[in-house]
Amino acid sequence: MTAHTATPPMIELRAAGLTYPGPPPVAALTPCDLKIEDGEYVTVMGPSGSGKSTFLNIIGLLDTPTTGRYLLDGFDTAALSDAERTGVRSATIGFVFQAFHLLPHRSARENVELAMLYQRVPRRRRSQRAQEAMTRVGLGHRLDALPTQLSGGERQRVAIARALVGRPSLLLCDEPTGNLDSDTAKSLLDLLSDLHRDGMTTVVITHDVQVAARGQRAVTIRDGVMSEPGRRGDDA
Amino acid sequence: MKLTAHRPAPQPRADSVQRSSIYARDLFVEALAGVLQRPGRSALTALGTVLGVGAFIAVLGLTSTTASQIDARFNELTATQVTVKDSGGSDAAKVPLAFPRNADARIERLNGVTAAGVYWRVRLSADRTVRSTPFRPSDEPPLRTDVIAASPGLLNSAGPRMAEGRLFDSYHDANRQQVAVLGSAVAARLGITTLDTQPAVFIGNTPFTVIGVLDDVIRKPDLLLSVVVPRTTAEHIWGPPSDERAEMLIATRLGAARQVADEAAAALRPEHPDYFKSIPPPDPKTLRSDVGGDLNQLFLLLALVCLLIGAVGIANTTLVAVMERTAEIGLRRALGARGFHITVQFLAESTALGLLGGLMGTSLGTISVVGVSAAQQWTPVLDTGAILAAPALGLATGLLAGLYPAWKASRVPPAEALRR
Ligand SMILES: Nc1ncnc2c1ncn2[C@@H]1O[C@H](COP(=O)(O)OP(=O)(O)OP(=O)(O)O)[C@@H](O)[C@H]1O
Ligand SMILES: [Mg+2]
Repeated sequence: MTAHTATPPMIELRAAGLTYPGPPPVAALTPCDLKIEDGEYVTVMGPSGSGKSTFLNIIGLLDTPTTGRYLLDGFDTAALSDAERTGVRSATIGFVFQAFHLLPHRSARENVELAMLYQRVPRRRRSQRAQEAMTRVGLGHRLDALPTQLSGGERQRVAIARALVGRPSLLLCDEPTGNLDSDTAKSLLDLLSDLHRDGMTTVVITHDVQVAARGQRAVTIRDGVMSEPGRRGDDA
Repeated sequence: MKLTAHRPAPQPRADSVQRSSIYARDLFVEALAGVLQRPGRSALTALGTVLGVGAFIAVLGLTSTTASQIDARFNELTATQVTVKDSGGSDAAKVPLAFPRNADARIERLNGVTAAGVYWRVRLSADRTVRSTPFRPSDEPPLRTDVIAASPGLLNSAGPRMAEGRLFDSYHDANRQQVAVLGSAVAARLGITTLDTQPAVFIGNTPFTVIGVLDDVIRKPDLLLSVVVPRTTAEHIWGPPSDERAEMLIATRLGAARQVADEAAAALRPEHPDYFKSIPPPDPKTLRSDVGGDLNQLFLLLALVCLLIGAVGIANTTLVAVMERTAEIGLRRALGARGFHITVQFLAESTALGLLGGLMGTSLGTISVVGVSAAQQWTPVLDTGAILAAPALGLATGLLAGLYPAWKASRVPPAEALRR
């Protein structure tokens, strides 16, 4: 993987950092540079509270860096209005959140369909695609279960189905295996590898070294400072 | 099929960025799900609106129902009754009885009159009480019973129902017959159980043969507690009315009363219409507006207060729901909901709650109006406009109550919301 291609990188941070205004101000992410090419599989590791989720929020357009620039597909996201950022999120980014964030009173199928609601997918197509996504994560038989009736691992997989079903080109996962036993975790990681093989740009946050080993690149964040042990000095 | 999307996916170029959007139908399904996913809580939230709208309907319905009851009673009796008072005009001292002898006939000739009669209360001194025997036994307590002198037409215009016997007529009156018609209560008190024995009552020491007992009258119910004797007889024995002047009671057909009232004085004494004062029935229009007065407005104010409480209730619960569902808002924002979508969703939820409360309140209000009417044997009267407006009132309450919370919901920054 080399950064010198004709097309701009999918994700490019230029001295982007985020300081929560506080008080007291918290430098959750010190200004850093990072490029992620189209189709790459990047893992992010680091201790708790180091700024991993903050980093994910920035590249997922949920938060804006307080310093520096974030270019998505070569385009400066600072120029986007809130409605446009929302449109980009809906169309190109799939999220798997650390806390799942499933709606407690809605069935698994409805939770998955939620990702297509704001894409104006017609109702019948939604239902069909939700079923396919649920089958893909191995939950084709639990379509009508409520999140409270599902195990932690199953909930995690519903969240992944929801992230996939919107057909994103960028998949952002925050601790996707945090609640899974090793077997389930393995099948989930296989699924992510599959998706990556199909061309999906994937960023996975994890504590687990074995999970990190699945990616092509491993980025580390420590106290808000990002580093990439295997790659030095090749920044453009 | 593969679920993955391959580039080129929608590119984040300012001119090509697709704003996310949602079908209006889906947005309302989401809002409805928000209401229905916690039915108990939704019901409690809507309770204030239910009460407010219910009270609104009940107040309107009950007042219009009672007003129409008054109208009905008015039509039956009051509207067909005219009273003519003998004032005597400027000659009051000289003319103790202004009604001519043939007063009944003069009035009954008028168009629309069904019956008419003159009457006055006979003044009785303490020794002239009504008794069943000429000499009062010492142990019998003195009975105070009114004696009413009446022309034959009076009993007809009162609308009598006889328990027994008959009324006196112009023959009795013209010949000063000493006959009497008693109210049933008086008859019982005097120990008169049958007319077969031709019983008599004594007024003072004058005997009167009882020829009829009244069971009931429609007008002038005090007749039931009186002894009624022919006018000419009374005048012959006790003279003309002394402390109370005479009056005339005229029964008319529906709609004729005002006309009759206008014409009566001239018909009685063309040369001295000023001797009489006609009292026509009250105008139904003024009667109705009297009924829809202060009490009505007080209740409507109460209903309004209920609605206000309902609105505060909905606003409060929606605000709590917004805070409770911050994570959901963050999630929806991450999945592509614009702030506007969030606003509309929460506004639709509170509006749906208001509408639901309005519908339930309308039903409850209607049921209570019908229930009260059934218990009182009234005909329930409910304005269609009010029934149609009431749910809209609930809807407006929900809409207003939801404005602030919905606006607040749209302002939740997604990243912060998702940290919850
Ligand atoms: N809204 C905020 N205001 C102030 N500080 C914040 C805010 N949100 C997060 N932080 C701080 O920023 C730092 C980075 O938080 P972040 O959630 O990115 O950590 P993380 O690496 O994802 O941790 P974990 O592995 O536990 O999820 C933490 O020290 C946190 O306390
Ligand atoms: Mg985190």
